[in-house]
Amino acid sequence: MADKLIGTDIAPPDLVAKITGRARYAEDFRPDGMVFAKLLLSPMPHCRVRGVDVSRALAMDGVIDILRAEEVPSREGPRESCLTDEPHYEGEPVLAVAAITEEIAAAAIEAIDIDFEPLPFVLDPLDSLRPGGPTAYNDGNYFARLPDAESGDPSVFQDFKWTEADFVEVDAGRMPSEAASTRSWEKGEVDAAFAAADLVLEEAIVHQSVTHHPMEPRTNMAYWENGKLYAHVSTQSAQVTKGALAGAIGIDADDVVMIAEYCGGGFGSKIAGSTVMQIPALFSRKINRPVMLRITRYEENYVGRARPGFQAWVKMAFRNDGKCTGVDLFIVEEGGAYGSGDNNTAGNIADLIYTPQNMRFRSVSMYTNTPPKAAQRGPGGAQIVSMLEPVLAKAGRELGIDNLQMRLINAPRSDATMGPRNGRFTSVHAIEALEQGAELFDWAGKMELSGRREGSKVTGIGVGLSPYTAGSIGYDGLMVIRPDGKLYVHQGIGNLGTHSISDTARPAAEILGLNWDQVEIVWGDSRLGQPRSSIQAGSQTTHAHTRANHAAGMDAARKIRAIAAQTMGGSPGDYVLDNGRVFRRGTSGMALAQIAERAIQMGGEYDGHELPGDIHAQTRPAAEMLAGEGLMGVAKDNYGRSGSTYSFVAGFAMVELDHETGVVAIKEFVAVTDCGTVIHPRSLAAQVFGGCIQGMGMAMTQRWVFDPQYGVSFANRLYTARPPGFLDIPEDMKWGAVGIADPQTPVGAKGIGEPPVGAGAAALTTAVADAMGGICLCRTPLTPDIILAELEGRVPAFGRLDQHVG
Amino acid sequence: MGDAASVGLLEKKYSRRSFIKGVIAAGATASSTGYLMGGPTALGAQSMPGATERLITLNINGQDRRVDILPNETLAMTLRYRLNMTGTKLGCDRAECGACTVLIDGVNHYGCSMLTHQVRGRAVTTIEGLENPDTGELSIVQQAVLEEGGFQCAFCAPGFIMSMEAMIRVNPNPTREEAKMALSGNLCRCADYDKILTCAMRAAELARSV
Repeated sequence: MADKLIGTDIAPPDLVAKITGRARYAEDFRPDGMVFAKLLLSPMPHCRVRGVDVSRALAMDGVIDILRAEEVPSREGPRESCLTDEPHYEGEPVLAVAAITEEIAAAAIEAIDIDFEPLPFVLDPLDSLRPGGPTAYNDGNYFARLPDAESGDPSVFQDFKWTEADFVEVDAGRMPSEAASTRSWEKGEVDAAFAAADLVLEEAIVHQSVTHHPMEPRTNMAYWENGKLYAHVSTQSAQVTKGALAGAIGIDADDVVMIAEYCGGGFGSKIAGSTVMQIPALFSRKINRPVMLRITRYEENYVGRARPGFQAWVKMAFRNDGKCTGVDLFIVEEGGAYGSGDNNTAGNIADLIYTPQNMRFRSVSMYTNTPPKAAQRGPGGAQIVSMLEPVLAKAGRELGIDNLQMRLINAPRSDATMGPRNGRFTSVHAIEALEQGAELFDWAGKMELSGRREGSKVTGIGVGLSPYTAGSIGYDGLMVIRPDGKLYVHQGIGNLGTHSISDTARPAAEILGLNWDQVEIVWGDSRLGQPRSSIQAGSQTTHAHTRANHAAGMDAARKIRAIAAQTMGGSPGDYVLDNGRVFRRGTSGMALAQIAERAIQMGGEYDGHELPGDIHAQTRPAAEMLAGEGLMGVAKDNYGRSGSTYSFVAGFAMVELDHETGVVAIKEFVAVTDCGTVIHPRSLAAQVFGGCIQGMGMAMTQRWVFDPQYGVSFANRLYTARPPGFLDIPEDMKWGAVGIADPQTPVGAKGIGEPPVGAGAAALTTAVADAMGGICLCRTPLTPDIILAELEGRVPAFGRLDQHVG
Repeated sequence: MGDAASVGLLEKKYSRRSFIKGVIAAGATASSTGYLMGGPTALGAQSMPGATERLITLNINGQDRRVDILPNETLAMTLRYRLNMTGTKLGCDRAECGACTVLIDGVNHYGCSMLTHQVRGRAVTTIEGLENPDTGELSIVQQAVLEEGGFQCAFCAPGFIMSMEAMIRVNPNPTREEAKMALSGNLCRCADYDKILTCAMRAAELARSV
């Protein structure tokens, strides 16, 4: 493949709209007759509606109607509905009011007389495990078959508890290593590895939960016309979101028109985001008017999802040469009101980055009465990497081995395996990323500054390696070359800000010999035709849709060559595609515009009247709609793959920790990624830096703070749960990419969204530990009070296993 | 502009006290819903009991716009919901994120924290007012952002761009540190700060060459 388009900086086609204010996000639409909905949010972490009197609200001028929980779809068990009469977290929506202005709707909410019966609640998963401790649900804390039970109904709540003896340990600040778990696996000879180890380190870990807080709250607007739902939504994905919303409200996906041209960030919290979307959809059907549900920042804190926190315990075995030979990891996860599974990924990733060969993993995820948890960039991986990398550095310190050497010795190579099933990978270039980063960072020079004290400020140096899954396969590509000579790439993926909406179309343009100004991206409106697509999450998109568009581009190229040979003679293989034309060497050939006309005349497969048999049933209607418009490229990604696709980011940080104030300043930062072939360097830099800074926010500036007595959130706005701003970021940042193509995908590109978060966080936590003389705090957030208590030898405000709440 | 000077300027621009005083002067009562907007007047609604809409004239992007507003209505709400100028974004409604930044007499302000009646007689510039009205040409800042491929999800972009516009007027030759300071009232959750800073420096460079 020529590489005119791969590896170059091309501004995404929607950038002018974004910088002139013409880009319309969900809150920017104003259909005639639009009314506003406001939510009544639960004031308590767990309660039941005993009685509601809405008469005063309904009597107000301008109030239209009220939507109650009994009018929305609900399911048994710990499954989320968009409205509920038994909220399981503070801020859960109970009912909605629609009025002709938002102010009246808000006043009507205040005029509703509602009586809540408070119910027991739990914030800390350890409290839920304690015998006699509260549970998040009335009937128990565990909703599945118990792991050691032969029988038992998996669809009813049960109680899962640790023993009194376990809590003797917990109360002494130690995770009880023999406590019961609900998930476990083991590989190698763990006990033997620890018995033979030269050094064994053991740490308690507390990682806070962290709210996503995308800049655009999940505002959605909806109306109905002729039995079809028109939904203007904020979502990371597109084609998949449409199906998710339709399924959630029980209608056919063909009856949804979804407009989602722009999404103001999601970071995992809006993969579909279909919970809150249901409210305006159902309300507008009820009152037959367009309904705007504007979500405020305060509301976003509650309904906007969060990364689950961990309370964990780790034991790591090392040989004298620095090699980690055993990991024993036990994670208790703060699962929120509707559960979470980050712990599972965390276990796998710990195995991947330390390559111990001998590992035991156990975990418990407990429901808690806190806002719902969801994937947040690098879910599970970011938490565990940022907690364990300082432990690796500590081992190096005790063994007299440089931290970078420790990292290299233990990093996965191309033959790495992961988890209980020893999964393999398509390509692993972690070593190259670490080595390239070390050079860019000047590791050796920086290590001479480690521990340097200037006044009260001590320099710390850290490195962290963060892997994450980076690509799925098997989706469809759909594109049409029209008689105007342009390639229209129909994207079923969402426009979440990563620029993948246009970057994944580049391989097709390249195959077809088109210049970028001959390419139009069609996206954001389900009426325009969307092929079956992946979700925009888990760093899947770049991999999945460069493949799908590559396949469809190859299909289009084959058809173009066939038409050219038929029209101009010779065999299809003689023809070259370049600069918008198809030709044999030494001839002028035909413009693709003419080929498109010929395709329409010829019909059949050429213009999409005959479709491949293996494309997804959800792609078919879009392709049928576009048939006859020009020459169609349509194909399923059948390229295949053996092993999982993973990307890696190595992060390096130099910090200054003020030993008098406990404040950390990040002086320099370097990140180098192995994400295969680089498609869009400038956008990749933004993903790498942005993810790393989000990781630093997760570890240091953001807060998850609750009032333990009433179970309500203290950190419910941006100023209390503060993402990093311009004054928090590293003073100097550099990045790089290994740039080795992944051999199992035609373009060579792997995803990048997830792994930077762990790299930024781990480089920071490790550098802070270094600036503290090697002390592993093993907890977030790294607040000055916690750092100072440790440095000054005071009794810390929090016990070793205490959540950072209250 | 040194740090101390820009901090001082910041306080002057974003004084919460002046905002609260403004609300009191306008006769509005403090309420949990006080920050919300009234609806489009086309719907004919009297928004809140006791609150009377008043017709005022605003100067926005060089044009006089007559608009009915509530005494406690913020400029961001007036722009978005009365005048349908949706380029100004609402990220927090509470002076925490800067997505709603507009210029008032050339100085950047949070539109969510400015009462509409306070800007009578003052020149308001929004993201929609940056292009040349005759030629449609992008402003210098917009050109710089386009060249550098700035922003990811871009929900914060209009606010950042307005802060960059204000910055190049006050300090057309900033260091990167000064530019950071000038833009520190705006949040980008994608954390595309490095590229945003590059855009700001490029904007200043273009401004100097004009």
